[in-house]
Amino acid sequence: MNTNAKISVRDFNFFYGESKVLHGIDIDIPEKEVTAFIGPSGCGKSTFLRSINRMNDIIPGARVEGRLTIDGQDLYAPNVDVVSLRRRVGMVFQKSNPFPKSIYENIAYGLRIGGLRDRKKIDEIVERSLHRAALWGEVKDRLNASALALSGGQQQRLCIARALAVDPDVLLMDEPASALDPIATQKIEELVYELKTNYTIVIVTHNMQQAARVSDRTAFFMLGKLVEYRDTRTLFTTPAEKLTEDYITGRFG
Amino acid sequence: MNRIGDRIAITTLALSVVLILAILIVIIGNIVIHGAGALSWEFVSQPPRAGLTEGGIFPAIVGTAALVILMTIAAVPLGVATAIYLHEYTPAEGLALAWARFRASKNRPGRRKLFLRALSALLATITRSAVANLAGVPSIVFGLFGLGFFIQFVGRAIDRATQEPGEVVWGQGSLLWAACTLALLTLPTVIVATEEALRTVPQDLREASLALGATQWETIRRVVLPGSLPGILTGAILGISRGAGEVAPILFTGAAYYLPFLPHRITDQFMHLGYHVLILSTQSPDVEATKPLLYGTVFVLLALTFLLNLTGVVIRSRTRSRLKTS
Repeated sequence: MNTNAKISVRDFNFFYGESKVLHGIDIDIPEKEVTAFIGPSGCGKSTFLRSINRMNDIIPGARVEGRLTIDGQDLYAPNVDVVSLRRRVGMVFQKSNPFPKSIYENIAYGLRIGGLRDRKKIDEIVERSLHRAALWGEVKDRLNASALALSGGQQQRLCIARALAVDPDVLLMDEPASALDPIATQKIEELVYELKTNYTIVIVTHNMQQAARVSDRTAFFMLGKLVEYRDTRTLFTTPAEKLTEDYITGRFG
Repeated sequence: MNRIGDRIAITTLALSVVLILAILIVIIGNIVIHGAGALSWEFVSQPPRAGLTEGGIFPAIVGTAALVILMTIAAVPLGVATAIYLHEYTPAEGLALAWARFRASKNRPGRRKLFLRALSALLATITRSAVANLAGVPSIVFGLFGLGFFIQFVGRAIDRATQEPGEVVWGQGSLLWAACTLALLTLPTVIVATEEALRTVPQDLREASLALGATQWETIRRVVLPGSLPGILTGAILGISRGAGEVAPILFTGAAYYLPFLPHRITDQFMHLGYHVLILSTQSPDVEATKPLLYGTVFVLLALTFLLNLTGVVIRSRTRSRLKTS
């Protein structure tokens, strides 16, 4: 096992009802690096991502086998508190999903449900989270405006700030820029690059250039299997597997 | 040829619209013309006099208002709670699939959980069909049920336990039992409208909340309910306004022909606008003298119902425009 592995997965299988969608995944995801999951639609990369904060629990008929640990703790052990797990493992979704509340309240949400009441402390964390998500300058004068009035790219950065506010160590991003224009996408990518100094980031993306730009390591999934996983540069220049090569050269997709 | 068919279709459709509008205008016009003339300060502030041929309808207005408030207190929390349970807590995949998954899970860990899930889905299916059937029950049957269950069963049991022998306080028609009966009638509307409103809250938002470490109840309380509140309120108001005009359920459960006093306790009987209309039109000693009073009462009842509906519509359109601008 890799010594600095934050997330460690052994023989992980995932089922929707009777159909098996992930087959024996083995992977070690290092701490404070960006790991990208790539692969064609339906390859299981998003399902695997959502297994890391147990968001799949809410899907009827979902079932897992195998071992998935963060800092050595088995996420699917019976005594695991899913609520506190999700506070440690933040998530940003494909479609930005701010609450229909003010910008401020969106960020304060996770703090309030965590039991924080101190107004000054909340103000402080809201500001810090917005800074980290590179959004503070654009919204500092209208924190009480509706989050839905922001542009798509700003909404997605707000969702990142909201996830950061509860102080996770892992940040999962499920195609966070797929609905954004190139400029907004670039901002998200720059942000991902900066955030990795403090967070372990796993990002699912359809866009191979994006994986190549932002990630340190890349995992290529196909048909529910992990085909190849190595450092991003090697995977994109000299892939070991024929399937990977075919995919990254655009022979299928 | 096609063109002629087209014209016939348009004409028929337009005529049916005109017909419906005409009926509505005649009914409302008739009531407004005759009813507005009967309105006066005395009419809305005085009790009936001279064998219901003079005076006003003040006690009936008070009785109707008290009844509607009590009914709301009984129906809305119960209906909303039921809908939340049905929509947020029972298995979304439905009974057939939940049962099939349980059947397929032989010799696998977690089978017990799948069984409970299938059981919960069964319970939800039964509850939903019960609610749907409840909505189809004629209102007079609700009245008889209220008499049999609330008054004769529950009410008398309370009397036996709390009162001197022979003393009747709870075991008779009253505001309380009439409100409970009407609440039953209103429940299906509230449940269906609330479930509909819950459905409009995007799954994305639930996921966003759960991913931040919220429990399911926190998610419901802080995200789902605020998002669906306008829909719930609209549905509740429409249900209530329908219940407010119903007479059959309160016939046997507490509405009084004439009372010289206003109700003070929930165990008192009460006068009611809808019931008063029935009394004025069937029990009057002098039909001609009663007519203006009758029109006036109908007008007031109609106006109150309309006001309630209008509140519902305003709430709905306000939230719609708020969603648009933001």
